[in-house]
Amino acid sequence: MLFIESIRLALATIRAQKLKSFFTLLGVCIGVMFLIAVVSIVEGMGRYMEQDLIGKLIGVNSFELRHRPNINMGDVDPSVWESYRRRPRLYHDDVAPVVEALPAGTRWAVVSDNTLPVSSRYSGGPRNAQISAIEGDFFAIRKFVVTEGREFTPQELEMGTPVVIVGPDVVKRLFPGLNPIGRELRMGGLPYTVIGVLETQGSAFGLSFDNQVFAPWQSPVRRQLNVVPSIVDAVIIQVPSAAQMTETQERVRQVMRVRHKLRPAQPDNFSLQTSESALAFWNKLKRYLVLAGIALPAIGLVVGAIVIMNIMLVAVAERTREIGIRKALGARRADILSQFLVEAATLSTVGAAFGIALGVGLAKLIAAVSPLPASVAPWSVVVGVALGAGVGILSGVYPASRASMLDPIAALRQE
Amino acid sequence: MSDTTHAEAPLSTTAERQAVTSQAGVTPSRDWVIVTRGIKREYDMGGEIVRALRGVDVAIRRNEYVAIMGPSGSGKSTLMNIVGCLDTPTGGEYWLNGTLVSSMKDDELARIRNKEIGFVFQTFNLLPRATALHNVELPLVYAGMSAKQRRETAAYALERVQLTSRMHHKPNELSGGQRQRVAIARALVNNPSILLADEPTGNLDSTTSAEIMKVFEELADQGQTVIMVTHEADIAAHARRVVALHDGQVSSDTRREHFVRENEQIIAAKQH
Repeated sequence: MLFIESIRLALATIRAQKLKSFFTLLGVCIGVMFLIAVVSIVEGMGRYMEQDLIGKLIGVNSFELRHRPNINMGDVDPSVWESYRRRPRLYHDDVAPVVEALPAGTRWAVVSDNTLPVSSRYSGGPRNAQISAIEGDFFAIRKFVVTEGREFTPQELEMGTPVVIVGPDVVKRLFPGLNPIGRELRMGGLPYTVIGVLETQGSAFGLSFDNQVFAPWQSPVRRQLNVVPSIVDAVIIQVPSAAQMTETQERVRQVMRVRHKLRPAQPDNFSLQTSESALAFWNKLKRYLVLAGIALPAIGLVVGAIVIMNIMLVAVAERTREIGIRKALGARRADILSQFLVEAATLSTVGAAFGIALGVGLAKLIAAVSPLPASVAPWSVVVGVALGAGVGILSGVYPASRASMLDPIAALRQE
Repeated sequence: MSDTTHAEAPLSTTAERQAVTSQAGVTPSRDWVIVTRGIKREYDMGGEIVRALRGVDVAIRRNEYVAIMGPSGSGKSTLMNIVGCLDTPTGGEYWLNGTLVSSMKDDELARIRNKEIGFVFQTFNLLPRATALHNVELPLVYAGMSAKQRRETAAYALERVQLTSRMHHKPNELSGGQRQRVAIARALVNNPSILLADEPTGNLDSTTSAEIMKVFEELADQGQTVIMVTHEADIAAHARRVVALHDGQVSSDTRREHFVRENEQIIAAKQH
């Protein structure tokens, strides 16, 4: 019998037995729904990690010299933490020799940061914000754009003039409805003049990147950031092209080993953190998440398969007479087999289609009400449909073969 | 109804039938639609062998209208299943249209059922969820005909049984007589060699039965070979030849006239 005819027949059966079909679809539908939703969220997080977060935290073609890595995703051994804790800090005196060792065309920046209360006389109590004391090409490396006002002048950076550039959230909180340029805010009891506002950076996992205040490294604010004011949290280095990463890192490493008086056998007591090293962990985590995202819905699909098999067995029993009639009228075994197989496959594919729609909806809903981002992966839709059809065919094989083996005389005699 | 004025097709004679059923292994001429030679069918009922047919010789020529009669347990249903290619004999030969079908496999039998045999059942056996038209289309689906051609052919078959107006109704929206006419249309749609009816009036009242018998009569007049299995003598009396079975063997094979004369009282009692 023609394939199209089988599908038409299957759809007619689904229409005729709506409730039963609904329950049959449910298992596959839920399985595929969770598959799509979980994979979409993992994918969304992944895309976010790779394209946004890591870039924002570290920057493209760049690495950070720190006394210990600040992005530690996953388990870090307590003994490793202990060794991190004993490492010497970086000081501002280290910056000049490091910068001297850099190849031409390399950008650099110095940053120390902490969370501090900030206040202004235009709003109520002080608000916490991320305060960064910076030096060098910080905005250029991080691709931060000043949309209102201006950037720091070299003189301001050198002199430590008490001026700040703020994120949009700070403007909203401290200067509601006002133009912040030229107005004052206070940090650590000292006044700073706002000279610029940054473009919005968005947020990730509920963490806003817009609640930031930037001041020149030399300004008094650094006394609030670290116990010793000359401590530098990180030196950010950006090379012009990826090819120069390794060599530049090596130069910086040698400078720092000399400055920390390390003997050849001793390991580094500082970290060179790249976006790749942060991503490597994420990729490992993502593998587990995707695996979980497939394994959990798989349980749903197995349940769905069992339900379909059962319902198909009932359908075969109920429709024994129909099978007898069809056989008497000339249906061969293969015709009956394909009729029930296509019916099972159609049922579960329809279930998968609903599951995809619900899964996409669920992913979008989660993205809307929670800080988790979501991005529907096309491959997960393909996998969803294939799984649906596959589950249907697999679970339909046994009932369909039973139907095809029925003796037409016995089948016709059945009431 | 027996006083029909239609010209009746010539019946095969006893001598001709004996000649064709006695030559084991010889392909009968195309003239003979059905030839069975010593058909046996035995069932193993948990160690006990039940002999439903014990060597049945039947020969039916094209255009004959034959009733197979017998009480329940006589083997007439078993014979019908074998003649209809739903079952295969455990012994003997069955030739359908010059082809030996008694040794065929399942899928070949399915093809033969599709092309050569039109079934009409006592319980109609229509698909309840399908319209009359779709029910009639069903054999054409398995014959591999295109959808458009199928619809046209099925509509024509329904026209032949005067059901064009009820084409899009489902079986539960049709009367018993109409349902049986749909079943007849379905049986005829593939132009089968034989129309095989199993107690076609068993579920119908006497008026509707007469109506269905008239349809069979007309089909026989148009040259359709009709074989009807029944246990009712008055229904068998509509056929032009009656083969009676008893204990799995043919007990008599007579022209209708003889049969009617012998059963006059029974038939008269039932008809009035």
